[in-house]
Amino acid sequence: MSSPTTGPLKRTPFYDFHVAKNAKMVDFTGWEMPILYRSIVDEHEQTRKSGGIFDVSHMGRLAFSGKDAIKFLDHVLTRNCAAMLPGQSRYSLVCNEAGGTLDDVIISRDQKNWIMVCNASNREKLMAHFHAARKAGDFDFEFADNTASTAMVALQGPKVIDRMSEILPGVRDLKRYGFESGTLMMLIKYTVFRSGYTGEDGIELVIPAKLAPMAIKLLGGKEDKEGATLRPAGLGARDTLRLEAGMPLYGHELNETTDPISAGLGWAVDLNKAFIGAAALRKIAENGPARKLVGLEVEGKRIARQDTPVVSTDGKVIGIVTSGTLGPTVQKSIAMAYVDAAYTDVGTRLGVDLKGTINPATIVKLPFYKRA
Amino acid sequence: MSDTPSDRKYLQTHEWHQTHGDTVTLGISQFAADELTDVTYVSLPKVGQTFKAGDRFGEIESVKATSDLYTGVAGTVTEVNTTLDSDPALVNREPYTGGWMVKLKVTDPAGLEALLAVDEYLKRIGH
Repeated sequence: MSSPTTGPLKRTPFYDFHVAKNAKMVDFTGWEMPILYRSIVDEHEQTRKSGGIFDVSHMGRLAFSGKDAIKFLDHVLTRNCAAMLPGQSRYSLVCNEAGGTLDDVIISRDQKNWIMVCNASNREKLMAHFHAARKAGDFDFEFADNTASTAMVALQGPKVIDRMSEILPGVRDLKRYGFESGTLMMLIKYTVFRSGYTGEDGIELVIPAKLAPMAIKLLGGKEDKEGATLRPAGLGARDTLRLEAGMPLYGHELNETTDPISAGLGWAVDLNKAFIGAAALRKIAENGPARKLVGLEVEGKRIARQDTPVVSTDGKVIGIVTSGTLGPTVQKSIAMAYVDAAYTDVGTRLGVDLKGTINPATIVKLPFYKRA
Repeated sequence: MSDTPSDRKYLQTHEWHQTHGDTVTLGISQFAADELTDVTYVSLPKVGQTFKAGDRFGEIESVKATSDLYTGVAGTVTEVNTTLDSDPALVNREPYTGGWMVKLKVTDPAGLEALLAVDEYLKRIGH
């Protein structure tokens, strides 16, 4: 999950909150982030049953505006941006010419601006990619990096919308992947998105960095105790939640040599428009991907982690695991893996090679968990 | 880490060893259990298996990571904690009591000498 970095770790505006809550802090791609406060499983269950509060301020927040902003975004994103309406957010990929994935992002269209939320680890790479693409294509627009000036918190779980309606009245009427901006307590300018990365209903909220310590109290961070509706949850739970929900994580299911078609993300790729990587992706879509991302249910309680080989019943290595865990809600050992296309039918019996021991596994439909 | 028991000896890889006569009980420290986070699976040897000092006797898995378990002393397995099959998180809750892992009948006490006293263990792990 983390990669070695040099220099001091970056801290989010919620850093003091994490420390006050006794969070276990880790280096997550150069950011000092809470992996857990109490226990990954506790925080996972809290989010599934009630609500979890996640600091996601490390994620990149970029803003685009100006004459050619739409044209540019349609050039670098797989999604059809011109067709989006103000107040809509969409999941999209950013690809290289070969169709490899540079990042997965959420793009949102505001009245005047566009907001892009990208992975923390890819922010600088994306900025460089956008600068280069702007120059090469002679696009006229501005873009800004608002990551440091803002904070972002995700509130996820079945009780979040009711609770947040008390302070953000518009939240209840937001559609899934809809967003709006407003002012809270006549003071805190916010943008709220009905989205998340846990498989639960919920919101993601962007606020000014300076007001983050005050806002976290308002959002329920203060009442954190056994039985509270909303409690802080760390990156550990975020990972088990997203994995149960079958959502890809950059660096695991996606990277620069992995294309979105093979990753099962064709629904977020508009092959009818021109964009960087379109030609390569059309070819992959036409020929059919050589390998595909699948869900695996692993027998027993052992975990098949990233890079575990996947084998056929006759012992041939036919794939590799990208993420695996013991799903706290589904109570099963689950994994996502890239597998040769010939072996990807649901129900196919395979194995995972756990340090020389072949453990049976079966291909199942993603996601592993779907909320009621 | 002041609650790390001093009535047993440690390996730098976090296994504790408590001797009663010619038997030694093994488990892992609270520090290790906390580092692993929620333990999901503990793979333990069978009664009768023998180990040399420094051998890997099992494996512990958590939501976060997988780690090998080592014995600092040679011996034959006389008992394993089967409760951990159904409740592996007991290692998190009671690492020094209910979360014990195996009991070995010591075949060569030499290894015990090389184990770390609690102060030395805590120093090695930076506490």
